[in-house]
Amino acid sequence: MNDADTLLRVENLAVEFPAGNRGRVRAVADVSFDLARGEALGLVGESGCGKSSLARAIMQLPRPTSGTVALDGEKLTALDAANLRSLRPRFQMIFQNPAASLNPLRTIGRAIEAPLRTLGRHDAAERTRLAREMMAAVGLDPLQFYERRPSQLSGGQCQRVSIARALMTEPRLLVCDEPVSSLDVSIQAQIINLLREVQQTRGLSLLFISHDLAIVRHLCDRVAVMYLGKLCEVAPVGALFSAPRHPYSRALLAAIPRLDPKHRPAASDLLPGEPFSPMDSIEGCSFRARCPRAREDCAVQQPELCEIGAGHLVACHHPS
Amino acid sequence: MSEPLLVVDKLSVHLPCGDRIVRAVDEVSFTLQRGQTLALVGESGSGKSMLCRAIMGLLPGRARLPAPGRIVFAGQDLGVLKASERAGLCGRRIGMVLQDPLSALNPVMKIGRQIAEPMRHHLGMTRVQARERSIELLRAVGIAQAETRIDCYPHQLSGGMRQRVVIAIALACEPQLLIADEPTTALDVTVQAEILDLLARLQRERNMAMILVSHNLGVVAGRAHETAVMYAGRVVEQAPTAELFARMRMRYTRALFDAIPRLDDPAQAMLTAIGGQSPDLAALPGGCSFAPRCARAEERCSDQAPMLVSDGHARHRYACWFPCAVGATA
Amino acid sequence: MSATGCSIRACGGGASRVDRKAGGVFWLAVAWLALVAVLAVSAAWWPLPAPDQIDWVRLTAKPGDGGHLLGTDNLGRDIAARLLFGARVSLFVGFLAPCIGLLAGGLLGILAGFYRGTIDALIVVVIDTLLAFPRLVLLLVVAFVFGSSLFSLTLSLGIVIAPSLALIVRALTIRIAEREFILAARAAGANDAAIILREILPNVLMPMLVYMLVMTGLVIVAEGSLGFLGLSVASPMPSWGGMIAEGRDVLAEHPHVSMIPAAVMFLTVLAVNLIGDRMRGWLDVRESQL
Repeated sequence: MNDADTLLRVENLAVEFPAGNRGRVRAVADVSFDLARGEALGLVGESGCGKSSLARAIMQLPRPTSGTVALDGEKLTALDAANLRSLRPRFQMIFQNPAASLNPLRTIGRAIEAPLRTLGRHDAAERTRLAREMMAAVGLDPLQFYERRPSQLSGGQCQRVSIARALMTEPRLLVCDEPVSSLDVSIQAQIINLLREVQQTRGLSLLFISHDLAIVRHLCDRVAVMYLGKLCEVAPVGALFSAPRHPYSRALLAAIPRLDPKHRPAASDLLPGEPFSPMDSIEGCSFRARCPRAREDCAVQQPELCEIGAGHLVACHHPS
Repeated sequence: MSEPLLVVDKLSVHLPCGDRIVRAVDEVSFTLQRGQTLALVGESGSGKSMLCRAIMGLLPGRARLPAPGRIVFAGQDLGVLKASERAGLCGRRIGMVLQDPLSALNPVMKIGRQIAEPMRHHLGMTRVQARERSIELLRAVGIAQAETRIDCYPHQLSGGMRQRVVIAIALACEPQLLIADEPTTALDVTVQAEILDLLARLQRERNMAMILVSHNLGVVAGRAHETAVMYAGRVVEQAPTAELFARMRMRYTRALFDAIPRLDDPAQAMLTAIGGQSPDLAALPGGCSFAPRCARAEERCSDQAPMLVSDGHARHRYACWFPCAVGATA
Repeated sequence: MSATGCSIRACGGGASRVDRKAGGVFWLAVAWLALVAVLAVSAAWWPLPAPDQIDWVRLTAKPGDGGHLLGTDNLGRDIAARLLFGARVSLFVGFLAPCIGLLAGGLLGILAGFYRGTIDALIVVVIDTLLAFPRLVLLLVVAFVFGSSLFSLTLSLGIVIAPSLALIVRALTIRIAEREFILAARAAGANDAAIILREILPNVLMPMLVYMLVMTGLVIVAEGSLGFLGLSVASPMPSWGGMIAEGRDVLAEHPHVSMIPAAVMFLTVLAVNLIGDRMRGWLDVRESQL
């Protein structure tokens, strides 16, 4: 990918949190990737693997511990607060919990207008007009919903409001942190389709975070699999689903519920046990305790991400 | 066939809400044999949780159960039981696993005590006996180092672990019926498979009957003997699971099925979403309640409510005027 | 959660039915408070003797005696007139002191809860110190510095309740600040001031209004207690607390001198608390819908 195509470049990003008296937790460790204009990248992993921390570090909410995040060549991590705010319209975020991401006292219409008011763009009448237009674009009838409050909406409708609000500033990058995992499957499909539609019609770049590979497959061009703060496999959707190379990717794939009563996942692909805690300091490969392919060298050296095919990177000493 | 463990007969649950009545469950009937699993599938607000709570006797105080609805558990009509007798049934002969393992556990009590509590209460065990049984139970639900983990607090465990603890509590008194209300919705996909397999294994080993509730048809596919699909408080299709997946008839079942992202259809294809919202249970339309969202709906659908009928397979019942053609499913 | 799920929960079970039954009492409370407020404002226009005018002939007159509607106190002053003028003090203090407390405490609480860290630690130390300080001493200090005017009384009562209000606001702010809509506002480029004013403040104010009414009740009673200690507004300005205190000497022979203002104060505080309770009910319904 040449530099002109790159919208977002993340290099050696690390996020640490203080954790009581036991020192610090590394939620994200040394993560690097690029995201092209108009591309949708899926970020997949279990809860606690650091994917939400990574998303928020990209949003600079709060700023990461170390590493750089560059949007359109502009290093967000190096900007002061005022300059960062002036760039914020270009990258927006959608959150997991639909109800909690809306101010309960504010009407839907005013929630959607709020980003424009913050920026001081347009006058009140124009803002209202744009908000109504955006509501229609995300499938909410402005006549019916403009004056409602979040408590009168279902989860799926709240998520539509969040999407509309994020799109008001005409961002180039949309970071979605598990936007559908708290919704029913029937509503999930609506929201996924909506995200796909706005991504394509507006040429957005999408960073889509989920623990469910099946959803990512419908929405994304590339997938990055994350385990305990590190990327373990990055590949185009086709390659990852047809030939996953990292044992953890295989396990994630095997765990997807199938619509076939006779289907049984191969036992060798399922993961025994629970992940390490990010509190533990781990030598060697952090996945080895649950890995069916682990050997002695896995305990000694940490595997690095290496390219093993076109755009296909794996961090494993013994990829399948 | 022997006497069924659980018979639910024309059960309705009405919740007065101001001047209106929310029909959370509307004339639902089914039977459940010992050692069998029944899956209840539907969107939120379809009444599946209320149905479970009705069986457990844990309905909100204002709920009404209009005649002739009956719940018969092991030959006993639960409607005629006194509140105290009913409470003795809950937790002892009927166990329940809830959706959110974090809020289902008391955050300031060690998990060992939370497992031991029902055994001491219902079975009159001593502290030492209950502790030993608790360790056994933790092992049975697949928690390693049960002897040390028993003294943990809930926040020291991961989400999957907590759900295992909740299952251990539900199993403590060897219930004959286990009700699992969305047991994996709050969990990761990888953990989901483990928990569902664990439930299936425990159910087989202990010859329990199980009601497995989910909003995802994929979750119940390989794990239930029978599946009932609920919509707006009614069962709209019910069949042995394999039969249901092989020959889906009701349009709503089909729509639920199509909404799930699959690994075998083309990548990046649009998903087939169900349009609209689930209906207001206090103001249900006449006729088929799915009609406003159904692509095949005709005039008849909004005039007349379809009854549950069966054709071909005796245990496959569905309520639809214009059912999907047989063999249309993959 | 679906829309129907909301509607089931919004009903909130028994609470709404109890509310409807309690409706009459609630409106009675509102009516009483409105009456007291109107009488306080219009005190000077009623055909009553001036509150400090002494009727030498009728000391401690019974209600109805010699044209004194509610009788006179032990200095022969008309109780009805003093009640009306005293209502000014009670209502002024009762509504303004909580406002001062909320302004001071709310500011500290929001800053502490929003920024956490060092600012939080510093503010909490200040609050804890104030809470550990005996209230009465605090009131004496303020009275000493500002004199015993109505203004200084209000200010000192405001300062006394500020720390506890600050703690409540801080706890509310912490809870709201971790909600995702705050992050969403940040992502849209809002600065700290905008987030505090537009996102946090309205969400804090709603529940605080209920606490304010509880505080109003407390402050009216506190004024009464201070009057008893001679720390309320200086005589001859009438206040309910002062009136109750003045009747102390003749309590055995002429109980009405103390009892009438005590009853009025009791009813007023009860009315304020009833209204507060009802408002909490409304708030709970709103909260449960979230």
